[in-house]
Amino acid sequence: MAYSEKVIDHYSNPKNVGTLDKASKTVGTGLVGAPECGDVMRLQIEVDETTGIIKDAKFKTFGCGSAIASSSLATEWLKGKSVDEAVKIDNMDIVEELNLPPVKIHCSVLAEDAIKAAINDYRKKNGLEELMFEEKGVH
Amino acid sequence: MLKLPIYLDNNATTPMDPRVLEAMIPYFTEHFGNAASRNHPFGWEAEEAVDYAREQVAKLIGADPKEIIFTSGATEGDNLAIKGVFEMYASKGNHIITAVTEHKAVLDTCKHIEKAGGEVTYLNVKEDGLVDLKELEAAIKPTTVLIAIMYANNEIGVIQPVKEISAIAKKHGVLFFTDATQAVGKIPVDVIKDGIDLLTFSGHKMYGPKGVGALYVRRKNPRVKVTAQMDGGGHERGMRSGTLNVPGIVGFGKACELCRIEMEEDTKRISQLRDKLENSLMQLEEAYVNGNKEHRLPHVANISFKYVEGEGLMMGFNKNIALSSGSACTSASLEPSYVLKALGLGDDLAHSSLRFGLSRFTTEEQIDYTIKAISETVLKLREMSPLWEMYKEGIDLNSIEWAHH
Repeated sequence: MAYSEKVIDHYSNPKNVGTLDKASKTVGTGLVGAPECGDVMRLQIEVDETTGIIKDAKFKTFGCGSAIASSSLATEWLKGKSVDEAVKIDNMDIVEELNLPPVKIHCSVLAEDAIKAAINDYRKKNGLEELMFEEKGVH
Repeated sequence: MLKLPIYLDNNATTPMDPRVLEAMIPYFTEHFGNAASRNHPFGWEAEEAVDYAREQVAKLIGADPKEIIFTSGATEGDNLAIKGVFEMYASKGNHIITAVTEHKAVLDTCKHIEKAGGEVTYLNVKEDGLVDLKELEAAIKPTTVLIAIMYANNEIGVIQPVKEISAIAKKHGVLFFTDATQAVGKIPVDVIKDGIDLLTFSGHKMYGPKGVGALYVRRKNPRVKVTAQMDGGGHERGMRSGTLNVPGIVGFGKACELCRIEMEEDTKRISQLRDKLENSLMQLEEAYVNGNKEHRLPHVANISFKYVEGEGLMMGFNKNIALSSGSACTSASLEPSYVLKALGLGDDLAHSSLRFGLSRFTTEEQIDYTIKAISETVLKLREMSPLWEMYKEGIDLNSIEWAHH
């Protein structure tokens, strides 16, 4: 399968690879996927307490090129957004931006799930109610 | 100068040897006759060429030329052998024994047999990929007509104990068929010494052309017969109708002859390169060789690099190095390799595997490049892998409740 140039670019020069302090109250961590399924994503956000803006985002991903690219792109989009805005990132935006073929749509779903999991982790740590999300059912 | 890309997917297909092409060319234009045209020189020439090729093919596996049925390739041979025996020996029984790590051409043919009212036992394999001989013998019933076990596996290269299997088959009066597609031309295969009743192999896995192969059908002790699966002009002793692919057969014959003459030296060189590749890559942490290392084809290595995913790994170099992965993502299905899973590998290790297949044309320079490129990519992706980080922190990945999707 041929990859789109954007996938290749994110794969070759991934943005925001790394680890934030998951014990910190301002950091939300989302770990989604499973090794058995061939992809695991860990996405972290660091939120500015006064503005509510995501000031940093990092990821680490075990998976194919599309999974790596999806998470790399997600971290780029997250930075500078408020938490409320971040919730609205839809997997189909990722599909469109990266030109993912149908067989790789699950990679974008995983990235969306990782974003939501990270936000909920952050909300939980800060005494906020966890958001409920509808199942995408693409897996 | 090193020429890129490098081809290390020789279990899928091999490049054709230029000497094979040279032998074939006259049979496309100049000597174009139909080998079945018995009454003019064009036919005689073609028939003579086919007869010569039949000798070259037979000689490589220690068979008599009369025991060689030309086919379109190994898949056809698998179908003809299994369906052909099942139908021919229907009065004796309807049970076939095979193994879960067989090629799809065998497994799917067996599924067809089950639909046609046959019974099939699929043997599991041991952790090293070899069949358990006791289990095999215990699976034999009065109704068993055929044991179908491959000579060497296409994904991990392990060589089955063919002599022992044939001895068990003989003891119980059961026929033994082997798909030897990956073995013939690479290691010595002898239908007499190995006690094989039927054997299939293919030209394009041994530096010959695509679209041509052979099925060996034993003529003596016992005389084996198969029911034709393709009806027509009664070619190939009535077992496989269809005008013979003369240029393909000529090339196939030449490829067999070259393998017979050059196998020993090729093997010595190729296995050294394979060992260099494998030993160097095993210097990486958490790398595992899949399958039995002792009973293995000299040109094959299958290695899992834990905590990196196979397709993601290949993307790091697949513009420059061609090989294949046991990862699900490389195939249309999302399941990882069923062969690796049969060895008891977890899905995570199966997802992390690469298969290397070297050839007569592989050079040391190519291997050196490959070692470097793969090592660098593994290290880079591990830096990016959350699983690697957890492993390094001493977290047991099995203790985590993964969200399966």
